[in-house]
Amino acid sequence: MSSEGIDRRNLLKTLAAVPASALIRLIPRQTAEAVHNTVQGAKARATAGAYAPRFFNAHEYATLRALCQAIIPPDGRWGGAVEAGAPEFIDLLTSENEDYQQRLGGGIIWLDATCQKRFDNVYTKCSPVEQKEILDLIAYRANGEKDPSLAPGIGFFSLLRELTADGFFTSKIGIEYLGYMGNKYLLEFPGCPPVPGL
Amino acid sequence: MQVIRSPKVYDVCIVGSGAAGGMAAKILTEGGLEVVMLEAGPTLDPNKDFKEHVWPYDLAHRGAGIAGMYYNIPYINEFTAPNAFFTIKGEPYTTAPDTKFMWLRSRIVGGRTNHWARIALRFAEVDFRGRSTDGMGDDWPITYQDLAPYYDKVESYIGVFGTKENIPSAPDGVFLPPPKPRCTETIIKKACNNLNILCVPSRLAIITKEVNGRPACHYCAQCERGCMTASNFSSSQVLIPPAMATGRMTLIPNAMAREVLVGKDGKAQAVSYVDKATRQERQIRARAFVIGASACESARLLLNSKSTLFPDGLGNSSGVVGRYLTDSVGSSGYGYFPQLEKVPPHNHDGVGGMHMYIPWWKFDRKNDFLRGYHVEFGGGRGMPRVGQFNNICRQSEGYGSALKQKCHDSYGNYIGLGGRGEMIPNAQTYCEIDPDVADEWGIPVLRFHFKWSDNEIKMAKDMQETFRAIVEQAGGTYLTKVETTGDYPYRISVGGVILHELGTARMGTNPKTSALNGFCQAHDVKNVFVTDGAAFVSNPDKNPTLTILALSWRASDYLLQQAKQGSL
Repeated sequence: MSSEGIDRRNLLKTLAAVPASALIRLIPRQTAEAVHNTVQGAKARATAGAYAPRFFNAHEYATLRALCQAIIPPDGRWGGAVEAGAPEFIDLLTSENEDYQQRLGGGIIWLDATCQKRFDNVYTKCSPVEQKEILDLIAYRANGEKDPSLAPGIGFFSLLRELTADGFFTSKIGIEYLGYMGNKYLLEFPGCPPVPGL
Repeated sequence: MQVIRSPKVYDVCIVGSGAAGGMAAKILTEGGLEVVMLEAGPTLDPNKDFKEHVWPYDLAHRGAGIAGMYYNIPYINEFTAPNAFFTIKGEPYTTAPDTKFMWLRSRIVGGRTNHWARIALRFAEVDFRGRSTDGMGDDWPITYQDLAPYYDKVESYIGVFGTKENIPSAPDGVFLPPPKPRCTETIIKKACNNLNILCVPSRLAIITKEVNGRPACHYCAQCERGCMTASNFSSSQVLIPPAMATGRMTLIPNAMAREVLVGKDGKAQAVSYVDKATRQERQIRARAFVIGASACESARLLLNSKSTLFPDGLGNSSGVVGRYLTDSVGSSGYGYFPQLEKVPPHNHDGVGGMHMYIPWWKFDRKNDFLRGYHVEFGGGRGMPRVGQFNNICRQSEGYGSALKQKCHDSYGNYIGLGGRGEMIPNAQTYCEIDPDVADEWGIPVLRFHFKWSDNEIKMAKDMQETFRAIVEQAGGTYLTKVETTGDYPYRISVGGVILHELGTARMGTNPKTSALNGFCQAHDVKNVFVTDGAAFVSNPDKNPTLTILALSWRASDYLLQQAKQGSL
């Protein structure tokens, strides 16, 4: 029996051939496809046209995008966090979560204030060298021990880093980048591929 | 306010649609009885309610839920089958000041069988004879031999995979073939072999061949989302439909049972319940009653069913209802396995659960603690999810391509292990009615008292030592930091969080120290049965659901026989 994945349409054709019985509730093929198409349709509408942030203002959202891009950049053949929709994901959660509003909203303002003080510009208007300098500081807990004034930025960046990773690695790009090959229909589970020494 | 009384008198009223209620419904309706079932939650529609095969990126919240609500709650996320809650608005519970207890309720047809891990383990002979074996706890009034035919029937009907291993503490069953081990399981198995720890194919209520018209599993590892092909077991998809198909079953959803009403003759006559949609009080009459609302809800129902005949609650002349509460001992840890880095990308999904497990293996020696535990484990290249890379982000810090690469390189190389052990009932662990608090339906709520004793803490310590030994034997790094003091030494679980509450209306031969007989029939009220986890006398190192199904089938057969004789 083939253990290759078969796509949803074929599986549901197969299932339709199983005698309908009071014992099981099978999702009719039309319903499954309708649900799938509705979800895809909603996604398509969401990505067509510019995203209007729900919580952050335009400047803050631009800063958020720049930070997400820095945390998980595009490289080689793989897109980064912005292409993966991480800023939208973070903005959505923040619009619903007061704790995030305080920590991320406050964090972006702190970042701009700190950059203003050091470089005479808000973060998005700083040069790449200046941006790297400030991120190198707030990306590591140890720097807060040397300079306690960095603490708010370090806490902010730590949360943002995790949310950006979540937004990236749960995206289509991120999942492909990781090499996850599941979420299919298999007739048989093939087990572990041969690996020397395993 | 007028209470609406139904004119019809059913043969049996079942409270609860989960493992116990669902099984009773199937057996009793197929046996010719007219059954009405009350379920506190709504009906389930797999077409609409299951998010099987949905990708995280198909959801705007990617699985984290509104405001990221699921980041800090165990088990539940945006994908899981609906209506499992630790917190229900309007239906609270309370805890004693020194107690933390997390109580999961699934308010939906099928109850927690929509959400369970499908781990289907028979209790062993020794599990029914705890007190005779080591002087602790109590013996059941039934033996393994009494229940074995029902384990056979249940496994044959619902379908369980596994292999015959001849391990005394893990009896063999009627099994479908198991799926092949994953890479992660291959590694753990090898390490266990070197440590003389048993590691065998698991026993899960997931079918690998067609059973009763249900197609075999298609290995998407998403069992907790609900299964559109009913290839795993839930009461909603495997027990309720055949009951409905008899034409003798009436299912009343959104019905919150308040109390069981007793007549002057000392027999139960009706259940008073709230119809949640209209907020009206109604009564449903029946000749016999099967309570299967889950262990603590069933105890609550009995305790709230006060009358002059039963001032301490229906069937509670012994005073045991609410007492002898236990949950499984849990502790977990995880490790990093560099050999997994070499595995090429492949489909690692399998069933929604472990293909292998570690049954209790130290039954042949004296240990620091009594009784035992099994170990579950899993990891590897599952579907990416939110929160997955928190640890690597906190360890690596930084940002940019290096961070991206670190996440990528670590993905799939972790295995987590979890122990599930026996808790012996103690006097400090019980539930009772809170005299001050009622829910939004005016039904008094439960107040929980929970305390681990030394035996459980020593067991958790042993679990941690076992996890570390296995991980290091495999050449991995054990990453879990283990506190040996504090409220949760050796990472012992919070009470309730393992979801195996049992014992709150226990069976026994002596009506002074038990609420039910060996057929789950109330000593005090012959036409009331409690067939869920409340009936259990002990909580061994085996998940309870298979035993609930067996007990409920056996009790239902007995009820049918008694009904035919006219004894109810």
